[in-house]
Amino acid sequence: MIEIQDLKKSFGSQMVLKGVNLVIPDGQITVIIGASGSGKSVLLKHLIGLSQPDSGKILVSGTDIAHLDSYHIKNVRMRFGMLFQDGALFDSMNVYENIAFPLREHRRMNEEEIRLLVAEKLKQVNLPGTEKKMPNELSGGMRKRVGLARAIVLNPEIILYDEPTTGLDPVSSQSIDDLIVSTQKHLNGTTVVISHDIRATLRIANKVAMLHDGKIVAEGTPDDFLTNPNPIVRSFLDPAILHAKLPSRKS
Amino acid sequence: MKKFVSFLGGNVTGALNEFGGFMLTLIEGVRALFSKPFRLNLIFKEMEFIGVNSTIIIMVTGVFTGAVLALQSGKAFRLFNAEGVTGAVVALSLLRELGPVMTSLMIAARCGSAIAAHIGTMRVTQQIDALEVMAVDPISYLVAPRIVASLGMVPLLSIIFNLLGILGSYAVGVMLLEINEATFFDRIYAYVKSEDLWNGLVKAAVFGVIIAVVGCRKGFMTEGGAEGVGRATTQAVVVSSVTILIADYFLTALMF
Repeated sequence: MIEIQDLKKSFGSQMVLKGVNLVIPDGQITVIIGASGSGKSVLLKHLIGLSQPDSGKILVSGTDIAHLDSYHIKNVRMRFGMLFQDGALFDSMNVYENIAFPLREHRRMNEEEIRLLVAEKLKQVNLPGTEKKMPNELSGGMRKRVGLARAIVLNPEIILYDEPTTGLDPVSSQSIDDLIVSTQKHLNGTTVVISHDIRATLRIANKVAMLHDGKIVAEGTPDDFLTNPNPIVRSFLDPAILHAKLPSRKS
Repeated sequence: MKKFVSFLGGNVTGALNEFGGFMLTLIEGVRALFSKPFRLNLIFKEMEFIGVNSTIIIMVTGVFTGAVLALQSGKAFRLFNAEGVTGAVVALSLLRELGPVMTSLMIAARCGSAIAAHIGTMRVTQQIDALEVMAVDPISYLVAPRIVASLGMVPLLSIIFNLLGILGSYAVGVMLLEINEATFFDRIYAYVKSEDLWNGLVKAAVFGVIIAVVGCRKGFMTEGGAEGVGRATTQAVVVSSVTILIADYFLTALMF
């Protein structure tokens, strides 16, 4: 379980996180939604120790990771995998080298074991046989899938997704949504998704939390969320409900 | 007056901050060198990039620097029948100053810019964040190998520059200006000491570290997409070139 307690962060005079409190349960998909500039990405960076808060705690299985030194934060990060918005693939390496990178850094495996594991992860993200492609030869959706294969190659307990469907066409978005759900089932870990895609959120989430102006203003199941009377939630939900039939939830 | 003092103060503070940043990068880079894992593959890869791939350009620059020095000094010395010392003057200039300085400026332009652009691009495309998320220390992965490679390769390239420079001066001095060959070499043996070479190599090593540290630091501090990468690249070349020239003065004052 990840527990965020009264997390505050400012950049200069601008306060981005104004006391975030949130519990992220184990073994579920939690989606944190919010408009652009609401502090979602900053919150995600805190979850993995890329940013230090001004105050507050982030408890991962009871350990406060907000103020750990570089040695201990490394050990915590071994439990995480993260898919960046654009994949953040190393552009000097091909797909194989990208996915093999965490294995070479943290596991003592021979080349044959690495090859087999990379092939397995590529199959898992529906991209078999793309080992030799360079990142600039991949479409946006493919880059995200390779990024996901790299994020899960060490079988992390917690996977973070930063805007996984941003910039993708509806078909690619749906396939990424499906991958998030299937990866969650496969690893049986904790999944945190940062998104502003309400359709995808309601489709894949077990829990939804809405971040607005640096605070969590609503949280609950997708069904709770759909009936939440909070005007901020409504202003986020209603346009989506008005303009499109909301998709059915993935079982 | 108030505005001037404020402007001056701002610039001094900025320069000190920048210097502090470079020193921190250097200290962290050196610390990473002595912690596991040891990244020999990356060091060799950077040595190839900084050293092997720069050899041709250093050879060409060296030959023509030596040649033009011999042409200018040979003609000047001939005015008072002292053209015999042309070889020695060129060799001393190359070993003490021009070899390390010109080599370093060329490497700053060729490799310092590339280091800043590479790391800067990694920064703005979140590849450095990805390294950190994968529990890989970016300093150990990106900075330390470049410091070692540059520290080792710039002095070697400086030796090549010196040799080719002397060859260029020989071609112009002996073959074009018809200076007696024996006198040409005899004066070199008489005036050039081994410490001229060693001191020049120490300078080149220091300049090598400056190129790597400035390039890495500028890359790491990149902000703002493609424009930011362009800015970081330009700054890396300008700052490392100016720093090399300033450091050269102080090193010369200490050594000679």
